[in-house]
Amino acid sequence: MTTTTPRVASRWSRFRGSYLLYSFKRDLIAQLSLVVFIALVAVAVLAPWLAPMNPYDLAQIDIMASELPPFWVEGSDPTYLMGTDAQGRDLLSTILYGARVSLIIGFGAVALQALLGVSFGLLAGYLGGRVDAFLMRLADIQLSFSTLMVAIVVGALVKAIFGGATFSAYAVPLLVLIIGLAEWPQYARTVRASVLAERHKEYVDAARVMGFTSRRIMFRHILPNTLSPIFVISTVQVANAIISEAALSFLGLGMPETQPSLGSLIKSGFDYLQSGSWWITLIPGLVLVVLVLVINLLGDWLRDVLNPRLYKG
Amino acid sequence: MIAFLIKRLFHALLVMFVISIIAFAIQDNLGDPIQQMVGQSVPESEREALREQLGLNDPFLVQYLRFAGNALQLDFGYSYIFNQPTTEVILRHLPATLELVFATTLLIVLFSVPIGVYSAIRPRAWLSRFFMGVSIIGISIPVFLTAIMLIQLFAIGVSWSPFPADTGWGAWLNDLITTEGGMPAYGRGNPVPVFGTWATNFASLEGLTYLVLPAISLASIMLPLFIRLIRAEMLEVLQSEYVKFARAKGISLRRIYFVHALKNTMLPVITMGGVQIGTLVAYTILTETVFQWPGMGLMFLNAIQRSDVPLIITYLMIVGLIFVITNTLVDLIYGLVNPTVKLTGKPA
Repeated sequence: MTTTTPRVASRWSRFRGSYLLYSFKRDLIAQLSLVVFIALVAVAVLAPWLAPMNPYDLAQIDIMASELPPFWVEGSDPTYLMGTDAQGRDLLSTILYGARVSLIIGFGAVALQALLGVSFGLLAGYLGGRVDAFLMRLADIQLSFSTLMVAIVVGALVKAIFGGATFSAYAVPLLVLIIGLAEWPQYARTVRASVLAERHKEYVDAARVMGFTSRRIMFRHILPNTLSPIFVISTVQVANAIISEAALSFLGLGMPETQPSLGSLIKSGFDYLQSGSWWITLIPGLVLVVLVLVINLLGDWLRDVLNPRLYKG
Repeated sequence: MIAFLIKRLFHALLVMFVISIIAFAIQDNLGDPIQQMVGQSVPESEREALREQLGLNDPFLVQYLRFAGNALQLDFGYSYIFNQPTTEVILRHLPATLELVFATTLLIVLFSVPIGVYSAIRPRAWLSRFFMGVSIIGISIPVFLTAIMLIQLFAIGVSWSPFPADTGWGAWLNDLITTEGGMPAYGRGNPVPVFGTWATNFASLEGLTYLVLPAISLASIMLPLFIRLIRAEMLEVLQSEYVKFARAKGISLRRIYFVHALKNTMLPVITMGGVQIGTLVAYTILTETVFQWPGMGLMFLNAIQRSDVPLIITYLMIVGLIFVITNTLVDLIYGLVNPTVKLTGKPA
């Protein structure tokens, strides 16, 4: 019995021979960024098992141990490696849990944006006409206000409607919703631009002649060919969503201090900056910057490699 | 051109209409004005009479038309916090924000063009790589964190010595991170009054020192965006046929770069600049909060925290108006500068 070699190469071998992997192997910055990113995601996901204490558990918090500095500064307590915040929470544990919250909101918001943006972009690009005009006008208006501004206004309204207590209880899904709704236009414009480039190609005509439905042509035929700009946008958007969440939290429109994200940790530390407790602000700040930076670096690398025609402006 | 102008104006009016609907919906749904006006002890029948008298029981359309009519006369009611007409409150806070934005724009224009052009002309020089590296780090630092770090470094000062002081390199590193502090980082100081409610920070050296840290923070987020944009556009332009032709003709490189190429680079930058004004206003909210800069952004945040609905609405309407005007102007300028742009706005 002879084994026949499959005519179509498997996904894995295709990946191994791809330009993507080749350029990744040659790009030290991309490799470092990916390692740091995976490490950060891993410690954030494993926070409940890695963190020395649970910052959500009031019983473990010792108010007497508040505002202790990190280990390399005089007056520190070896139990608290990175020091403690103003409420006596171990800063390292709080940062791990906070990074988790930031990442959940970042990825959740981008998933929602992608869902909205890709659907609207496909509809606008494929159907054209009034649908296109309406959706793109809406996107233009939202973009001219800037996504952060929209997020701040929507966040303020949602908080006013639900009241502070309810908002805090459902802060994570609400923030995903707010940031997702505020930032979909980026996706929609990019997807629409690539759909416009694709829709007059012959394979689309062929599919139409064969009598496939519009929905099938949109999702099964056109969408796969617009994936590379979507990938590139997604990386940048995750970074943006994390920054937006941090900004909202910093303004007091985001995560409550009892369940802090990196942004609300920075905010709570800011009040103690004048009294010399710089670590409560600057250590979570550093984690946030590193997280966003490696995502941005990966996005830059991906854009250089995939080189999609991104929608400018 | 006239058709384009009319179309643009119509578009602007439509956007303002949408904003006013949103603002009205907020006013309609948030906070009961009767509760704000009368105490707990007033019986329901009197409340109902007051409601009828104020026209709160009228149909939605009637109420909206009344709101829009007042809005056209810039009458948005009284602010709960300040107990003054909201437009007056906004006008009082406007100069501070405008001065901050102006100082930031100066910084952006002064630095982004030379750096962007340089890193496009010499993409492989180490200085270009350095600028690109710094700008991606700049994009990754949230504006409020830049502000906090600036406060720590230049206002509070750094006196910690985390490195071992008994070794030579440790002492050197400790010296390196130690800063004096002392820069003003809270509020505007004593701005010099010019006329009416407008007092300026540009008139005195002391006023300028108050402006330095907030303007740098605000610029720190916008500058990298513009550097990257100018570089990308310039790189594209330098590849084009007419630049090659100009070079073949023997025109001096300096003339090609700064006269021929830069002109076409700035076109997309103008459009981007218009779009970025929205981002800039959003970031003023964050910057003003950190520095307690008494501008519109800080006022808006206070209004949100204390549910001052009329003030929130006025801010939204006025900021919306600013966006719409700048976007329309940018479109018009773009149409004037680049006649090949399809003025009718028809899809290509």
